[in-house]
Amino acid sequence: MSDLKDYPDIADGIEKKGISRRDFMKFCTGVAVTLGLPFGMGTQIAEAVLNPKRPPVIWLAAQACTGCTEALLRSNHPTLEHLILDLISLEYHETLNAGSGKQAEDWLRKTIKENKGKYILVVDGSIPVKDGGIYGKIGGKTMLSLCEDMSSQAAAVIAIGSCASWGGMPSADPNPTGATPVYQVLQNKGIKTPVINIPTCPPNPYNFLSTVLYYLTFKKLPELDDKLRPKFAFSRLIHDNCERRPHFDAGRFAVQFGDEGHRKGYCLYKLGCKGPETHNNCPTLLFNDVGSGAWPVGTGHPCFGCSEKGVGFTVPLHTPAKLKDITPPVNFPGIAEKRGKGVTVAAAAVVAGLAGAAIGAGVATSKKLDKKKTGSESKE
Amino acid sequence: MRSVENALGLEVPLNAQYIRNIIMGAHAVHDHIVHFYHLAALDWVDIVSALKADARATAALGQKLSSWAGNSYEAVKTSQDKLKTFVASGQLGIYGSGYWGHPAMKLSHEVNMLAAHHYLQALEYQREINKVVGILGSKTPHIQNVAVGGVANAINMDSPTTLNMERLYYIKTLIDKVGDFVENVMLIDTAAVGAFYAEWTNYGAGVMNYLSVPDMPMDTKGTVFALPGGYIADGDVGKFTAIKSYNDSFFRDNVRESIKHSWYDGEWNKHPWEEETVPKYTDFQDNGKYSWVKAPNFMGKPAQVGPLANVLCMYVAGHAPTKKYVDKALALVSSLAGAKVGIGALHSSIGRIAARSVRCAVLYDTLKTQWQALVDNIAKGDVKTFNPPTFPKGEQRGYGYHEAPRGALSHWIVIKDGIIKNYQAVVPGTWNSGPRNHTDAPGVYEAALVGTPVADPEKPLEVLRTIHSFDPCIACAIHLVDKDRHEIVRVKAV
Repeated sequence: MSDLKDYPDIADGIEKKGISRRDFMKFCTGVAVTLGLPFGMGTQIAEAVLNPKRPPVIWLAAQACTGCTEALLRSNHPTLEHLILDLISLEYHETLNAGSGKQAEDWLRKTIKENKGKYILVVDGSIPVKDGGIYGKIGGKTMLSLCEDMSSQAAAVIAIGSCASWGGMPSADPNPTGATPVYQVLQNKGIKTPVINIPTCPPNPYNFLSTVLYYLTFKKLPELDDKLRPKFAFSRLIHDNCERRPHFDAGRFAVQFGDEGHRKGYCLYKLGCKGPETHNNCPTLLFNDVGSGAWPVGTGHPCFGCSEKGVGFTVPLHTPAKLKDITPPVNFPGIAEKRGKGVTVAAAAVVAGLAGAAIGAGVATSKKLDKKKTGSESKE
Repeated sequence: MRSVENALGLEVPLNAQYIRNIIMGAHAVHDHIVHFYHLAALDWVDIVSALKADARATAALGQKLSSWAGNSYEAVKTSQDKLKTFVASGQLGIYGSGYWGHPAMKLSHEVNMLAAHHYLQALEYQREINKVVGILGSKTPHIQNVAVGGVANAINMDSPTTLNMERLYYIKTLIDKVGDFVENVMLIDTAAVGAFYAEWTNYGAGVMNYLSVPDMPMDTKGTVFALPGGYIADGDVGKFTAIKSYNDSFFRDNVRESIKHSWYDGEWNKHPWEEETVPKYTDFQDNGKYSWVKAPNFMGKPAQVGPLANVLCMYVAGHAPTKKYVDKALALVSSLAGAKVGIGALHSSIGRIAARSVRCAVLYDTLKTQWQALVDNIAKGDVKTFNPPTFPKGEQRGYGYHEAPRGALSHWIVIKDGIIKNYQAVVPGTWNSGPRNHTDAPGVYEAALVGTPVADPEKPLEVLRTIHSFDPCIACAIHLVDKDRHEIVRVKAV
């Protein structure tokens, strides 16, 4: 990245906001890396966040436990205070509002009016729709009517957490309140505002922050998968990036908490780990900025699929996961071949039939390697 | 977890108890810091007034009150500039609806600025102590390391992927880091707010039956606890009954929940094992049903739960760290207020806030001893973290309790042939925010609001002060009705 002194306007802006240049550029670069963007994109992000008018964000809490908000309190890069004092203008958030009742509701009406069509609406919690929505009301209005009304006037809606994204825990059988995800509420009403789902219980704060900053920077939504989830966070199975994957491939499993395999950090598949059928970036992003192993599998507990509809809060904790696309190999390829001639590690994976599951560029790379390997073999 | 263990008679390995205790303690310290500074302080502290403060005078005041190194002039000035820039942007956001300049706001510019400065610093410390929960619990706030019979953390000092020396000392470092803030900032701030708002020791007492459960078990069966608990009837410390174990019938047999005024089918007052809750919504009925919350009661009466109940019970039980911090806080309040303030002042809205800070300091002390207990136990060669449960045929009943950040929490389970037949959670939020009960006795919030003066009926900030002092974990509606029973204003406290 070019030096910040090449951008005197930005540099001045940051200093006025009380952030050191170094911290600020570190943060922007961090965001760019999280999003998988070219290194220099950090500067573009810096310009967007220094836009003098901080973009308005309105947060609606529906049938939720406030855990998604709690998760945001844990964020270190950026911190919650940088987010709401410097980056966005958080206009309304029931837990964090300084005012309550009439004062808070008046402010909400005012800000919706002033920012119509421009604000980002964040919803945490599912929407109770049964019996006309009586199971959740705010200031006498149902969460259902508030969600419809506020999303129809928003530029985009971010459904944060598993509840808002696909129903989550409140939608578990027998779903007494008719807990419904936000995108479904909008579909039912024909509301066209784009929706982004960020499931997980709680969501990793960086998946939320990166989505917001992506939108602010590029004025468009990140690429989404068929479940409306950002690809930068949800395009891979947990199983694909799990640090315990080599144990799975080698058939080394923990069978009970505290047994020898568990105390050696073996694969938790036989304890019911849902990593093989859950899309998320937990193993690469980790939680709480505390270094290695800070995610469920890392501490020794199987993934329970909290971000995946039909898995989390649905399939029992210790029931084995469905293996979507990968089974452990019967034989392993030789890796340490003669120097200069042998197959590469990546090519070895191709031989084992493991890279077949890789998508996009991954597949293309595999093909090239395949050709190379064939070539070298024919020479031999 | 504990309710199932209780139903099965399953013991929990010592390591698992200590790991759970460290998570509970770290989470509660985080929770108490966030509640005071970020969810309650702005009821008492005027941010707009803080902008007018003299930064040097603010720093001097902070240095007089405390040895905290973060009260330097430069640090205070940085915070004030940050706030000024923010306000100058014209986009006030969540602060736009605050009660700035309200007649009930009484602190000087400098005291307001000092509190605002600590509001910003507190964000950093709540993050740090919460990392302990992340390391042991996998993610937060929804931790994922607990299992019926223990924890899923594997202990192996000779493995790179388990709880090992690096992880243990990371935890210790984080615990040590938060102590200075809790003792020398938070405890001091709450005492100062209490002293400057001394008239608030007269408001908000409400229900003075206090219920608290013992927690942080130090054995595998739940008969020895680091933190005592019990029941105080009628605010009379002479009427204290200790709760002694996970099988104490005094607690087990005296909990009921009434739905006379709640939106469920029926009018019963039942023991949790016997309840069946079927929703039946009627909208608001002044003398009928008016809440989704049930009305828990202990020995037939409403009971207040939370840090105040916990601190009073621990104090009466002779818990030394509690006594140390209660005495420290009261001595500071007395010196600032210029009059002797005794423990009786805690029966109030401001006392409830002070008790939360005392509990936070007690938990910090306890965290240090729990960490040492875990390390000492591992040093003895014990690496056990889990006892596998087995579910026999037939019916088992169990209950488990926990002194949560907002107070006594209990879960009640009936298991039949390995399947859950009934499950009820009686949580702190319902103890305190419940409606009138089976005898029409007012709930804890309801009773606490009686007699609260309100300077401006359109902006009933005083009501928020009392409701927020309970640390409500729910968005709740408060309907203020004047004596002619016309509703005058609705307040949503979160």
